[in-house]
Amino acid sequence: MSRRKIAEKMIPFIPPIILIATLSFLETITRMEILPSLFFPPPTAVMATLYNMTTEGALLDHLSATVIRLLTGFLLGGIPGMILGMMMGWSTAIRRILDPFVAALHPVPKISSLPIIMIIFGIGFVSRTIVVAVASFFPMLINTMAGVRQIHPIYFDVARNCGASRLQVLRHVVLPGSTPFILAGVRLGLNVSLSISLAVELLLADKGIGTLIWMAWQTMRIEELYATIVTAALVGISIRIFVQLLLNRCVPWATKART
Amino acid sequence: MGFRCKNLGVTYKTQNGELEALEDVSFSVSDHEFVCLVGPSGCGKSTILKLVAGLLDPTTGTIEFDSKPAGDRPRNAMVFQEHGVFPWMNVLDNVAFGLAIRGVPKAERNAIASRFIDRVGLSHFIDSHPHELSVGMRQRVSIARAFVNDPEILLMDEPFGSLDAMTKLVMTEELMGIWSRQRKQVLYVTHDIEEAIMLGDRVLVMTGRPGRIREEIEIPLARPRDLRDRDKSEIVKIKEHVWGILEEEVRAGLRGQHEPS
Repeated sequence: MSRRKIAEKMIPFIPPIILIATLSFLETITRMEILPSLFFPPPTAVMATLYNMTTEGALLDHLSATVIRLLTGFLLGGIPGMILGMMMGWSTAIRRILDPFVAALHPVPKISSLPIIMIIFGIGFVSRTIVVAVASFFPMLINTMAGVRQIHPIYFDVARNCGASRLQVLRHVVLPGSTPFILAGVRLGLNVSLSISLAVELLLADKGIGTLIWMAWQTMRIEELYATIVTAALVGISIRIFVQLLLNRCVPWATKART
Repeated sequence: MGFRCKNLGVTYKTQNGELEALEDVSFSVSDHEFVCLVGPSGCGKSTILKLVAGLLDPTTGTIEFDSKPAGDRPRNAMVFQEHGVFPWMNVLDNVAFGLAIRGVPKAERNAIASRFIDRVGLSHFIDSHPHELSVGMRQRVSIARAFVNDPEILLMDEPFGSLDAMTKLVMTEELMGIWSRQRKQVLYVTHDIEEAIMLGDRVLVMTGRPGRIREEIEIPLARPRDLRDRDKSEIVKIKEHVWGILEEEVRAGLRGQHEPS
């Protein structure tokens, strides 16, 4: 085996090694009180707290509130984003009409639209979900549009040459051809949904990981604060794994299109 | 089924103004005829195929198909240079694609497709995806799909352009084998003069851009032809003649100014 191949085999082990090394380092300097453990609790203490919160506390309740919010918001915004992105990718006319609006609205921080949305939809669940939906709309739209546009024009010619109708072109060329990009959009969209869900919860929800972070801060339960943030990170990891499974399942042919 | 192209012209609008790709192209292909188009690169050979296929509308001129009312186009199949197979479909689905589009039931279309996959020597790869195949194998998938569609006119755009010399020879022989059994009308684009002479009943030599037909050459070789025997004096003579024309065109193209002849 060449040196390069050995190096390549090592790659999967490197992230856990980095993680363990960092955690051990933090554990040492906090246990030795080089960093004050009051504000920087040792990782083992955080893990113990996380375990207690899961088994005895209401962590799972809050977690499921966040996950439901992020998924509902993502579907509510992502599906229209995908449909519009597909239309904009396929039709130059539609793209030229809508692109200025996308360019103007995309960079606006979505959380800043929350007050306006609350004026329209009230301060309940609906408003909180709609902010998440608005945030996941754009990554899906832009990725789907890019996905359709990068399909080689010859594929459209092949389909037309075989007599395909527009609907058949959509089903056999546009959809499968843009799927790797759409899945990259799913990953981005879910991540944005997660951060916006947390932000909304920090601001005003009565339940969720964000709420929990805020409550821990207000009551100065520092270990719970860290434990909750770790939970959010675990949701992030789950999103990554979920999208990878989708990629393996839906686009085994696009080996280069790893997100 | 033959067809006649009359005074075809194509002008593209580009950012730097109008670009004339084809100018006053007229030729015909009669029943069971194999016609080759050769010309310097960028002369609009592929554009002619797209016009016949109906993938592009000519700016001027018309194409008339025998025994079809005006505006009606007989079934044609195009073999593209590359990117002709869908990377998201396996070999079977790629070859059966045209049949699926026409609503042929799955069992039937898979049976037909398998027969052609077998004929191009890919039966062991029927479930493979294109990224698992070599360039040459992908081209065979394209060819199988074209024949499966049972076209009345076959349009081929440098189908073997990206193959090495040996694979190309074998594939060309295969193509001639399939063709001699079915005898479709073929319009075959290539920049390989020898290939054009070996395959065609007639060779149309084109000028540089804007592309026009400069000369039509009948190839008086009997069929079946031995594709490996390329040194016959008559072949060499035609080759030198065609090359003489093309050399002028290519040099004119390199100078960047094409003098109409």
